[in-house]
Amino acid sequence: MLGLNKKDFSLLLVVAALTLFAPFILNPFPEGSGMAQFNAGYPDLMQRFVIFGIFAIGFNILLGLTGYLSFGHAAFLGVGSYSAVWMFKLLSMNVIPAILLAVVVSGLFALVIGFISLRRSGIYFSILTLAFAQMSFNLAYSVLTPITNGETGLQLTLNDPRVLGQSATADGSIPVTSLFGLEMRSTFEMTLGPWLFQFNAGYYLCALILLLSFYLSIRIFRSPFGLMLRAIKSNQTRLNYTGLNARPYTLAAFVISGMYAGLAGALMASMDPLAGAERMQWTASGEVVLMTILGGAGTLIGPVLGAGFIKYFENIFSKINDTVLHGWFEFMPDGLENLIVGILHPFIGKGWHLTLGLLFMLVVIFLPGGLVEGGQRIAKLFRRKKPDDAGDNAQSTPAE
Amino acid sequence: MDAIILQILNGLDKGSAYALIALGLTLIFGTLGVVNFAHGALFMIGAFCAVTLSRILNFSFETIDPTKTDFLGNPAKIKTTYVEHWFGADFGATIIDWAVPLAILFSIPIMILFGFIVERGLIKHFYKRPHADQILVTYGLAIVLQEIIKAFYGANPIPTPAPDVFKGSFDFGTLLGFEPNAIIYPYWRLVYFAFSALIISGVFAFLRFTTFGMVVRAGMADRETVGLLGLNIDKRFTFMFGLAAAVAGVAGVMYAPINSPNYHMGMDFLVLSFVVVVVGGMGSLPGAVLAGFLLGILESFASMNEVKSLIPGIDQIIIYVVAIIILLTRPRGLMGRKGVMED
Amino acid sequence: MGILEVKNVNKRFGGLQALGDVNLSVAENSVHAIIGPNGAGKSTLLNCLVGKLIPDTGSVMFDGQSVLGRTPYEINQMGISRVFQTPEIFGDLTVMENMMIPCFAKRDGAFRLHAIAPTDDEKEIVEKAERMLEDMNMAGKRHMPAASMSRGDKRRLEIGMCLAQEPRLLLLDEPTAGMARADTNNTIDLLKQIKDERDITIAIIEHDMHVVFSLAERITVLAQGTPLVEDTPDNIKGHPKVREAYLGETA
Repeated sequence: MLGLNKKDFSLLLVVAALTLFAPFILNPFPEGSGMAQFNAGYPDLMQRFVIFGIFAIGFNILLGLTGYLSFGHAAFLGVGSYSAVWMFKLLSMNVIPAILLAVVVSGLFALVIGFISLRRSGIYFSILTLAFAQMSFNLAYSVLTPITNGETGLQLTLNDPRVLGQSATADGSIPVTSLFGLEMRSTFEMTLGPWLFQFNAGYYLCALILLLSFYLSIRIFRSPFGLMLRAIKSNQTRLNYTGLNARPYTLAAFVISGMYAGLAGALMASMDPLAGAERMQWTASGEVVLMTILGGAGTLIGPVLGAGFIKYFENIFSKINDTVLHGWFEFMPDGLENLIVGILHPFIGKGWHLTLGLLFMLVVIFLPGGLVEGGQRIAKLFRRKKPDDAGDNAQSTPAE
Repeated sequence: MDAIILQILNGLDKGSAYALIALGLTLIFGTLGVVNFAHGALFMIGAFCAVTLSRILNFSFETIDPTKTDFLGNPAKIKTTYVEHWFGADFGATIIDWAVPLAILFSIPIMILFGFIVERGLIKHFYKRPHADQILVTYGLAIVLQEIIKAFYGANPIPTPAPDVFKGSFDFGTLLGFEPNAIIYPYWRLVYFAFSALIISGVFAFLRFTTFGMVVRAGMADRETVGLLGLNIDKRFTFMFGLAAAVAGVAGVMYAPINSPNYHMGMDFLVLSFVVVVVGGMGSLPGAVLAGFLLGILESFASMNEVKSLIPGIDQIIIYVVAIIILLTRPRGLMGRKGVMED
Repeated sequence: MGILEVKNVNKRFGGLQALGDVNLSVAENSVHAIIGPNGAGKSTLLNCLVGKLIPDTGSVMFDGQSVLGRTPYEINQMGISRVFQTPEIFGDLTVMENMMIPCFAKRDGAFRLHAIAPTDDEKEIVEKAERMLEDMNMAGKRHMPAASMSRGDKRRLEIGMCLAQEPRLLLLDEPTAGMARADTNNTIDLLKQIKDERDITIAIIEHDMHVVFSLAERITVLAQGTPLVEDTPDNIKGHPKVREAYLGETA
């Protein structure tokens, strides 16, 4: 189907179902119940899930396939955001030209940075990308203020020309982003008994693009190009002595992943038309590294899982406070209750990053394959016999 | 001329910090072969050792002084720190005033112990893993450490003053025969420079003149052979990590008065010190020190108004530009050795 | 005029003269062995042929074209394949994937971006790789990760990968180093078979005299970076200079 084998196609279907029904899946608790605050099915957050998913899918094409660890990909995300906002300022509020420009500009930017950084490999490559990203961040904050609007960030104003649109709406406010008239912020609300589900146009646009991005990444993984990238990760010496030039392959992977980042940046700006330099900081690049590794670098679904996992728990954890904890452990004797709440306190609310850091370390130490490997190990426990059979078959039977 | 000297001096203190962190990074990398992204966090913890000691010294108890009243007319409560109580008011106040230098003594055992724990508990298991894994796990550690500090000390910078004697500035220009006030330089920065020079010479002397240091240097040149000699490399590795942590720690302690400690100062310094290490040459200790000072001074030159008007924004990117040029033209850095991290 | 002509090649490392005035001519479709004691410069010479090192002076011509100044992948694309002392294969990939990569390299050159069509749809490549695996007698292992195979199988795969590129010159760097006797004999048989079935020139650097004398048609003896003699195996066996420089050392 669609040029995918059965397994990949069903993976695509799973992702499609998850994103399509996310407004239901993420809102399991009825409105007004005590647990309702842990619902994640509101547009703003769901948009973030898929946008970071796209970012991580792209990053995985570089890290997962070639093994090159870039600490500078946030720069491309930032460039994408700036380009998109400029498109909103100059051309129109339609998101399509903004997205296209962002992808092209970030691709060109990645071409330049990749061309230079990929002259070195290993840790030197990581540090070169880090240096470039910090440079872009510093420049965006200082000299490039005419383009980036410095610390304030780039925003829409009533004075923007918007040659194909309008500078201001009839009632004198700044127009909103749209897809040929469909406003990105428009949300259809559905009430089912005590449950409230929200279907947001912007979210569904992002979800659709996520599916396309995911599909494209499957195709890349299964293509000869993907094979070459994995070969680069596995053994560059053999690759060189097999008559293949590794550099254009890695550069292509770098540019593609940079374009994915630019796409994510453009979508961020399309949902909320502003762009700030902090999106380019190296710690923001670190976040996509966390997502990809946590989910499982080099696997198809891993980065999406990682992005969803981090953004979901970031949201949940930051909402748990001591009062909530006391509620949970009420049944315990007072002393014990206070002790447990005291122990958990640093990990919740604003302490989410501590939890994330610990989780990340645990994954790197014990589960180098990330959540995907964790899932596979659990699955193996349940059907221990089957994989052995499969292994035998693979060895004895000729090609299918 | 005076402007140039001023910029060199200005570059020295930042350069000293870069050099000290880069020195520790290089020690770890050179001996243990580990790329330590948590090194900035060690610097940050050092700075918070200074904060902690000054808080401990300021522990106080309250007494009621019946002879005085506060503005509501109640008998005034007087806070007395225990230190003043025990050592007398004058000497006690001096101790509190000298909290930062005293914190060096306080921080060294803490940092060494902490280094031991981290090396034994975590780093040890990553010697054989790829560099990317080392970067990732130490990056995770850096996040954890900075978040722990944030949980205890909050997100705001905590001003930690230098002793009174070193407050204020020193008119360096008059010494050299310039106009008064031509070159004004804060005393503490001078102290910082002298201190880092001391630490750096200490580390070099240790490596040069002790048997232990000789083995470590041999290990940096050729790890496998030293392993074959049957020397107990493990213990030495642990100690080296402790030493590197202590160097980063004291660098942080002394930096506290220059830049009020905050939880993300480690990450801020980390990127720059990695750049310094790479410019100096992976695995080269003199290279790390040289590049640290060089980049510190270069940075302060780039922030001169004359330079900035010539090339706008150069002060923000000079270090990175230099690093990129060096990496591309001299892959081994300024003083790197052949065969270290080359691929 | 041989397919490979090495003329007056010199290479110094600091104070060490690794190669001094090396002249070598490898005739087309022959098996030429280069032997010599440790440190004779065999590996340095090999590295000069494949683009890893550049000689200080002299020329290296392959099929009338100079290889000097070209990168390893360019030289490989000219028709020189190299087998390493320790097998260099793509350990993380399956045996089949390993075999497909040189097939792509042969068909598409050093770089071609075909990022969308699935690899499995490349019928021509898949068939060629299958055929090569069968030739190498490892069709049954096609789905195994290459790293999990025995050393002998890795060597076999590596040779197969080199052959898939249809090179005109195959360079082997101590192909049986560290192998058990049985694996060594298998490798000898494989190389003999290759020599008989294909139009290919083989240059082999070897320590093991058994391997050298079972395969080589001509032998060059290298000592201290300089060729001592070049002759047929039979003449080399009895040559006094060789005994002195090489066999004498081991006796």
